[in-house]
Amino acid sequence: MQKNYVFRGLLYVNKNGMRCFNSSSTYKITLIIVLFILGFIAMIASVCLGTMSFSVKESLHGIFVNDDSAARLIIWNVRLPRTLSGGLVGICLALSGCILQGVMRNHLASPSTIGVTSGASFVGYLTLVAFPGYYHLLPIGSITGGFFTTLGIYLLAYNKGVSPVKIILSGMAVSTVFSAFNDMIRSFFPEKLANATGFLVGSLNGVAWKNLIMILPYALIGILLCLFVPSKMNILMLGDEMANSLGVRTESFRLFLILVSSLLAGAAISVAGLINFVGLIVPHIARLLVGSDYKYLLPASIALGYMLIIICDLIGRIVLPVGEISVSVVLSFVGAPFFLCLLRNKEAK
Amino acid sequence: MYFGFKDISINYGKREIIKDVTIEFPKGKTTTIIGPNGSGKTSLLKVISRAVTPVRGEVVFNGKPLKQYKLKELAKKIAYLPQVHNSPSDIDVRTLVSYGRYPYKQFGRGLTRYDNDIIDNTIEITGLKNLQNRLVETLSGGERQRAWIAMTICQQPEVLVLDEPITYLDIGFQLEVMELIKKLGEEMQLTIIMVLHDINFASRYSHYLLSIKDKGVYSYGDPRKIITSGKLEDIFGIQSQIFEDEKNNCPFIIPEKKRSKWLTLGN
Repeated sequence: MQKNYVFRGLLYVNKNGMRCFNSSSTYKITLIIVLFILGFIAMIASVCLGTMSFSVKESLHGIFVNDDSAARLIIWNVRLPRTLSGGLVGICLALSGCILQGVMRNHLASPSTIGVTSGASFVGYLTLVAFPGYYHLLPIGSITGGFFTTLGIYLLAYNKGVSPVKIILSGMAVSTVFSAFNDMIRSFFPEKLANATGFLVGSLNGVAWKNLIMILPYALIGILLCLFVPSKMNILMLGDEMANSLGVRTESFRLFLILVSSLLAGAAISVAGLINFVGLIVPHIARLLVGSDYKYLLPASIALGYMLIIICDLIGRIVLPVGEISVSVVLSFVGAPFFLCLLRNKEAK
Repeated sequence: MYFGFKDISINYGKREIIKDVTIEFPKGKTTTIIGPNGSGKTSLLKVISRAVTPVRGEVVFNGKPLKQYKLKELAKKIAYLPQVHNSPSDIDVRTLVSYGRYPYKQFGRGLTRYDNDIIDNTIEITGLKNLQNRLVETLSGGERQRAWIAMTICQQPEVLVLDEPITYLDIGFQLEVMELIKKLGEEMQLTIIMVLHDINFASRYSHYLLSIKDKGVYSYGDPRKIITSGKLEDIFGIQSQIFEDEKNNCPFIIPEKKRSKWLTLGN
């Protein structure tokens, strides 16, 4: 029987194995609301702070009054779109990771660990090279790439149920191949990729309104589709046979989930490029906080994904006196140790 | 035909596991499938749960092939509990039991008051009342099995299919789970189909036994007809003594000797 890693929520079970106060639904809902409020605060901080800091009042002025002030220029043209896109990217990656971990029945799955992001960026690159003038085709390319990569990995690892080890291994292999292709494309066609900087380096630097608008429809569709998921997902977690006999058509539902997660990951990648670890860490933190019921897990992931990217991007912007560290670098510094801790703490149950 | 198999053949790759099995399970009765390891008992059950697709034949329910039912409609009629089940580590018993209401769920709506009544009732009759807030992973094997059975009961099925429900349990829990199955079967007039390895439990808790050998039905009928030393020798290759359990009104066996190429047991 396949073992999943056991993740016990913080203070989740008492000695007798009884549920504690913090597993009640009121607690979970409150916690999720708190997370959203914190996310909002992070957003305000991200808009106000930077190489040139503004007060909240100045920032609001910059957002709502169209004049020539420095606040308007910096906040409206740079920080607000950057913050909003960052948040959206975070949401997409977190949801995508959450869903993939369920589909693959593997807590180490995420868009980056199973190679979806590299597959998506490969097709993204191809799109940029083949249709240089059509920047708006990028998300479609990434989403298609993400979908076929996920599907491919799933089929490779599928043999009467999905083996967790096989998924990670085939994901790594696929990821390596696509990265190699990506490097090749990058060195052969540097001029054609010039205006897609964020896509290349995994950064939110230079993200503007047009980028946000470009991915908004895909991201929204993906997020809306997630509303259909939670209760069915909980049933799927009981195993295919059980889910089947409870009336879930597991194969088509899996395909649907893979589609949704590629939509989300593809949309995120086409703005922010290869951002690792969000899709992996966020579902785990969310699970620690609210447990593995998808009804709470998905909203908590939304709030956390949003917050994590905004905060990491903010740190990257303000930590150096001159210049900035890209969000993917900050995330790697935070994420890699976390990932190692996960591996270390996995409890063979 | 109420519920049964019609000319079912199952292959795994090119290997034939089951060939042309036709059987009707009597309504409201308990039928237990027995047979040696690898004889295809579980595969037969998996055809019911659609985890295994037969190369020929079909499962029939209420005169119609299973394929013609919507999966959700079927889930309200036939409940299935596989041998191994895994649950997320942090769900409590009540949540697990409530998953049995999934087939009845309306889109976008949570559990109704009616659903909750059913869940309460099921928890009551399966004796899980004191355990309902415990996490499933903290239960003992027997309690956990009871919780899963409660989940299937919450589906309000007509047919309950159980694959080796007592395999990993100690004798106390085995008895407890079998008694529970018997009680549920009687109270809800379930048609129960299960696979058991323990002949004595099978004999005591079933109305009918079905033995599988050489890819097909070897014998079928009342436990008294099936549990004879001659037939057991044919099915399992054992010599055994058969006694009458007068209290439970069924035969019971003591295995004596296994016919084997490399090992001789007994004297």
